[in-house]
Amino acid sequence: MTQAESLSLRRALLAGLRRELVIAFRHKGDLANPLIFFLMVVVFIPLGISEEPAMLARIAPGVLWVIALLATLLSLDGLFRSDFDDGSLEQLVLSPQPLGYLVLTKVLVHWLVTGVPLTLLAPVLGVMLQLPVEGYLVLVLSLLVGTGSLSLIGSIGAALTVGLRKGGLLLSLVIMPFYVPVLIFGSGAVKNAIQGFAVGAELAVLVAMLLGWLMLAPFAIAGALKISVRA
Amino acid sequence: MATCNTQPHPVARQPETRVPILEFKNFICERDGQALFRPLNFSLSPGDLVQISGPNGAGKTTFLRAVCGLFDDWSGELFWQGQATRTPGYEMCSNLLYLGHQPGVKKSLTAAENLHWFFGSHGRAFPGQVSEALAQVGLSGYEDVFCHQMSAGQMRRVALARLYVSSAAIWILDEPFTAIDRAGVRNLETLIQRHTSKGGLVILTTHQPLALDGVRLVELTPQTEMPE
Amino acid sequence: MAWQWFHRLGSPKWFYEKTEKWLPWLGLIALLLLVTGSIWGLGFGPSEAKQGNSARIIYIHVPAAILSMAGYYVMAIAGAIGLIWRMKLSFMVMKAAAPIGAILTFLALFTGAVWGKPTWGAWWVWDGRITSMVVLFLLYLGIVALQEAYQNQDTADKISSVLALVGMVNIPIIYKSVDWWYTLHQPATLKLTQKSSIDPSMAYPLIMMILAFYLFYAWVLLRRTRMEILRREQRTSWVQDLVARG
Repeated sequence: MTQAESLSLRRALLAGLRRELVIAFRHKGDLANPLIFFLMVVVFIPLGISEEPAMLARIAPGVLWVIALLATLLSLDGLFRSDFDDGSLEQLVLSPQPLGYLVLTKVLVHWLVTGVPLTLLAPVLGVMLQLPVEGYLVLVLSLLVGTGSLSLIGSIGAALTVGLRKGGLLLSLVIMPFYVPVLIFGSGAVKNAIQGFAVGAELAVLVAMLLGWLMLAPFAIAGALKISVRA
Repeated sequence: MATCNTQPHPVARQPETRVPILEFKNFICERDGQALFRPLNFSLSPGDLVQISGPNGAGKTTFLRAVCGLFDDWSGELFWQGQATRTPGYEMCSNLLYLGHQPGVKKSLTAAENLHWFFGSHGRAFPGQVSEALAQVGLSGYEDVFCHQMSAGQMRRVALARLYVSSAAIWILDEPFTAIDRAGVRNLETLIQRHTSKGGLVILTTHQPLALDGVRLVELTPQTEMPE
Repeated sequence: MAWQWFHRLGSPKWFYEKTEKWLPWLGLIALLLLVTGSIWGLGFGPSEAKQGNSARIIYIHVPAAILSMAGYYVMAIAGAIGLIWRMKLSFMVMKAAAPIGAILTFLALFTGAVWGKPTWGAWWVWDGRITSMVVLFLLYLGIVALQEAYQNQDTADKISSVLALVGMVNIPIIYKSVDWWYTLHQPATLKLTQKSSIDPSMAYPLIMMILAFYLFYAWVLLRRTRMEILRREQRTSWVQDLVARG
């Protein structure tokens, strides 16, 4: 890539980042939804399962991870749809810059406004679910890294279903299998921390998965978006 | 077999600048396995202004999208500066500006923000002529107005404002004159003329009569045969 | 020359005509092997020492599980070929393969449950293999659902190919993760290189059943692909002639 090309790529990425952040913060109501969902379902747990502290403490790591995962899923549907509807997406596809890089700005902003707030809320909800003290740090670390993967995987799903009117539920069905490894190692790390085992391995695997998805997702997302725009 | 009616380019050009930028050979767009129109064979050089015409459904919009790379199902050959291209590369995309049916304007952003993003996403520094561009399309003072507060026609004009600050050589415009008034139409026609006189290329479709010099007409004739 | 052959392979009409003659033979051989293997394994094979007669279900469960995995790769590779070389026929194969794989996965899960109840006393146990099978089933369902959701056939093909490719890359990761999580399932009894820990009198009918399933899968896949060809090319002259001839 020539110097001029890399300069214009940087410019494009910054412009995209700025635009996504501005748009996200103009829809503040939407930003709160995953957090409210997180809280609401946590309230369901003692109601639907058991309010007994010992029981809650045992299921807390997994439950927190599962609900964070579901909250992320719900926030993904509209990721590309409004751009698809108003023609911004085809302008993005027409850009000389590689589409894979450009869409990463969207995914990054999604993670910043969804994954990170969920991660910060999780310890508070952990208290409500009697999460043992040893688990909090690892909960935050695993969610911080894990939600990155969840955003990347979810964006692939959003790209695959962008051309569909009611793509929401199908999006979830399509990408949930890919969430399985992230969930396993994320909640596994927290459980190990609570039991006093080392968590280095699990966290390392989570980081490795994030890096893997960072490499794979741009291709899949760009491919799917181009197919949908060219329909 | 080729049925495009190309009228000779009446405006005189220096011969050495007439290197074809775009060339189409046996170009057909297909939908559901059926060819939309008879194969096209023509070339475009700097300063050309081409109107794609044909009956409704002949594939005018599809053809324009195929040139940009927004439509994939075509056969034949497309040459960009002498090189056969299947999907537009970096060079071609940098020199292309496409205005389609959808305005490509985000409602939650202001007019100025939309223009800033558009040029940023193409990697180009925004020259800072927002106000002038918006004034040219009749939207002076609208820089900080949110696009969701605008009418559909006004949003289209924000999209058109791109033309006033773009440095792209090739403009591909799908019915650019819709939803703008007579003054706006005249402004746009002047702009197009200025662009071609500077060596730019314009391909457009329109239902309205054009008051422009040197328009070449390329006719799309619907294909009526069944494929084997 | 090779390119010409490859290009011809992409023609649905050529494919349809070429498979016309030998497909019934493939079906016959597959059926023969299935019947022989079933009778041999289910009827005459020895009862397994610990698990008794219910272990016989292994002759259906294991081949179904193997084919469901292999079928995903067939589907994903067909999709990749379609995407890279723009071969419509390849997309047709992919579309035909998806439901077959889903049904095989379901069969594997079902026979697993039938095997599990008398053996371990439970219809359903969560362990590595079973969980991975369920996830594979969901992967298949995702592909089928995505294909059905798009009206435009071309878009449906391409989008589901992208999903199939992402899935193909992830299956090993998912399987490994789930495996790491559970420790219950017995280790693989059919190893390719080491001495298998299964009694030879059980191994031979099992291998025959696996082969039979492979052939049966190929036969069903080719038949479904032919039906897909007829469906998609119904407006062309050669198909209309075919229908007219009856």
